[in-house]
Amino acid sequence: MTTAVSFQKASRHFGSVRAVDAVDLDIAPGEFFAMLGPSGSGKTTCLRLIAGFEQPTSGSISIFGERAEGVPPYRRNVNTVFQDYALFPHLSVLDNVAYGLMVKGIGKAERHKAAEEALSLVRLPGYGARRPGQLSGGQRQRVALARALVNQPKVLLLDEPLGALDLKLRENMQEELKSLQKVLGITFVFVTHDQGEALSMADRVAVFNDGKIMQIGTPEDIYQRPKTRFVADFVGSSNVLPPDFVQRYCGQHRWGSLRPESIRVGRTASGEGVSARLVSTNYLGATTKLALDADGLKLHAIVPAGNPLPVEGEAVVLTFNREHLHLMDEPV
Amino acid sequence: MSLDAAIQRATAPAILPGSGGVRGALSDLFWRRPKVLLLLMLLPPVLWLGIVYIGSLFALLAQSFFSIDEFSGLINRQFTLKTYGDLFQAANLDIILRTVTMAALVTLASAIIAFPIAYYAARYARGRWKALFYLGIMLPLWSSYLVKIYAWKLILAKEGILTWLFGKLHLQWLIDAWLSLPVVGGNSLSVSFTGTFIVFVYVWLPFMILPVQAALERVPGNLVEASSDLGASPGQTFRNVLFPLALPGIVAGSIFTFSLTLGDYIIPQIIGTSRLFIGQAVYSQQGTAGNIPLAAAFTVVPIVIMGFYLWGAKRMGAFDAL
Repeated sequence: MTTAVSFQKASRHFGSVRAVDAVDLDIAPGEFFAMLGPSGSGKTTCLRLIAGFEQPTSGSISIFGERAEGVPPYRRNVNTVFQDYALFPHLSVLDNVAYGLMVKGIGKAERHKAAEEALSLVRLPGYGARRPGQLSGGQRQRVALARALVNQPKVLLLDEPLGALDLKLRENMQEELKSLQKVLGITFVFVTHDQGEALSMADRVAVFNDGKIMQIGTPEDIYQRPKTRFVADFVGSSNVLPPDFVQRYCGQHRWGSLRPESIRVGRTASGEGVSARLVSTNYLGATTKLALDADGLKLHAIVPAGNPLPVEGEAVVLTFNREHLHLMDEPV
Repeated sequence: MSLDAAIQRATAPAILPGSGGVRGALSDLFWRRPKVLLLLMLLPPVLWLGIVYIGSLFALLAQSFFSIDEFSGLINRQFTLKTYGDLFQAANLDIILRTVTMAALVTLASAIIAFPIAYYAARYARGRWKALFYLGIMLPLWSSYLVKIYAWKLILAKEGILTWLFGKLHLQWLIDAWLSLPVVGGNSLSVSFTGTFIVFVYVWLPFMILPVQAALERVPGNLVEASSDLGASPGQTFRNVLFPLALPGIVAGSIFTFSLTLGDYIIPQIIGTSRLFIGQAVYSQQGTAGNIPLAAAFTVVPIVIMGFYLWGAKRMGAFDAL
């Protein structure tokens, strides 16, 4: 089976900056693949390498088995949904969506029909006559999606497509994108800096930092079994435990990670555990986030709402199950 | 203790400190009624524009409905269309047609030359190169118009540097062949329509580059990428995205190049043939001939042409992307 997108030691350097540094990556056909990382980590450059806006400095990239170096963006059957949508302001919504078909020389009636269908697919039927400037952010996002999908791309690239939307809209769009991808069976490559988005939508996630991939795996892998301190911290902000601390609890001198929701916070009287002091509480609605200080080691815990909370400055005892303490590959 | 209290009383800020005199009262008035300030600011320019500028233009246009007594040379201040009848004589129509053709060609050439320069400046030039671009565009505008035109007369003259350069490159035959053509040719470039055209394009080019550059600067770079991503070749991207979005700038620039060429009388006087352009016709009609009504009628021509031009540009959707 061929891979949809494959990077072999692909690098993209801008002068001395290694935006993408010897990345190896295989994305399977029909996969919903997320590239997750902080800004400047190289995830967007990776996307631009697939789209063809950037060419690798070294290494190779293939799309469905075909080498893509030197192939311009307009000769790749790959389409992009841009971060700020990049809709053409001088064209109607219908002409925006039909643009890809227009430049391929498809007749007006036929391309407008296909564009109408694509607009229905993103639940904007009848919006064709409007100008992009007359739409809301969420609607523009859907138009950008329709404009890409109408070309029936082999790979759809999404560059932080939900970044500009408000929370409620973003949650709706996440579900819609996910179900759209299932229906269409197109390979989606999705760039985001929002770990929640990546975990909830993707089949697999690649975590980027400094132009390199730190870890590739299923959302569960990434979340439960981070390989490095960076992944543990970036994905769901785990507590990173130093080797000395870990050795005390499971006898191995290795870096460990502990999810904040795995920590139970009890009163001092309740017996053994890590003794700590509550520094501050942060009320988040369904949960409360506690900042703790265990003898100089800063930890945080998330407890469900409704539990009686210790007051700030009070001494507490922290307990957790041994199996929740994950040992990382990070060299000591 | 009492001293401290006194100091404290003196330095403590009042909750609603009073305004300071007339200026303070005036500021407060403007703050409460911003429209008063707007009115005061707009009054002088509106008076200038309304009375001095438009008013004198209408006084001029009114002249075109008077006529001249051919025997006495006096102006007959009675409404008549006789002067417009004179305007449409074959010789005068020739002048109009010649001027409009020249203006159209100058505009077209300016747009073609300006676009790549403006595109480079808007998309690629940064920092020092951008400063150099502005300097390069503006520098010719700082020097005297007359000096530039006389300099061009020397460049284009038979003994000028251009002929010398072509001679050195063994391309003299090219100039000779061009000059032997009817209409555009002549004894030398400096006494041909070709020379007039070259100098017009040189002098008005900055007025095309700057608006086109401003229009291109407003086109987000990712629109070009989006077009390419959707399968458009660079040529298709130019036709379907860049050009339509730059069109308001091109139209703005063409209004300058077109109308400035329509009205200019110095360039064709110094460089070119003895055949007249509208500006020269106005100059000679109001000067030597003393026929103010006909001169006024001639000035109406560019105004009417520009009116139609803008109307046509609007209908073609040139301003849709604004």
